[in-house]
Amino acid sequence: MTVISMDKNPEALSLTLVAEFDAGVERVWQLWEDPRQLERWWGPPTWPATFHKHDFVPGGRANYYMTGPEGEKAHGWWEFTVIEAPRELQFDDGFADSDGNPTGDLGVTHATVTIEPVGERTRMTIHSAFESEEQLEQMVAMGMEEGMKLAAGQIDDILAGRANI
Amino acid sequence: MVVDQLRESELDRLFQAFADPTRRDIVRRATVGEYTVSGLAALYAMSFAAVQKHVAVLERASLVTKEKRGREQIVRGNHEGLQKARRLLDEYEQIWRQRAARMEDILAEG
Repeated sequence: MTVISMDKNPEALSLTLVAEFDAGVERVWQLWEDPRQLERWWGPPTWPATFHKHDFVPGGRANYYMTGPEGEKAHGWWEFTVIEAPRELQFDDGFADSDGNPTGDLGVTHATVTIEPVGERTRMTIHSAFESEEQLEQMVAMGMEEGMKLAAGQIDDILAGRANI
Repeated sequence: MVVDQLRESELDRLFQAFADPTRRDIVRRATVGEYTVSGLAALYAMSFAAVQKHVAVLERASLVTKEKRGREQIVRGNHEGLQKARRLLDEYEQIWRQRAARMEDILAEG
């Protein structure tokens, strides 16, 4: 299993995820550092992310948008507060208007990512803390498309007699 | 993202309720124990009236219930309201599980 633990704290609206990968620390770091790799995993296939700015230095900013199934665009920004390659990065993540300016009305997510070697593998820990429930709700709305698609795929498999039940 | 009016105002109240550290602390305490408003007021460096206001905000957001007992008001956590926050986190967890799976796919390419 890639994801080895998930700790949720509903009162503080935060989540900590620990995942391990069969790759080196430097390789996992590239998934965050290289915007072309980052946009391959940040958004689900139905809401792909495009990072048109990715100033990966302390105090630098990233601007991105996610494109929905109807062609609608949801804009976001990051501000990198800590970058200590290849072990730790911290950034604030919020919603933006179509010019990439922070809207500020839904609050900011504070994310801390640590990457460390564990034997031959690499452990990545992500702590996400939300400021508002509404913000969390909107993020979930943008990410749930894929979950629904996966569920639909499973139903297709069952109907086609391909499922391992 | 279509959010109907009823749901939107419900979310506004939840957002407002969770936005303050004292209110988050009251929710945490009232979920595990039973507190009177005056008992809560003794815990924070603020007036009884200020704590009473915080409790009222939480009550409107359905995160706590308030019940009169003699001259005291008993505050208890509302599990349904908290379950809503928990459900949202469950959904967010799925987003990150899927991201980790996509990361793994990219790493598998070498």
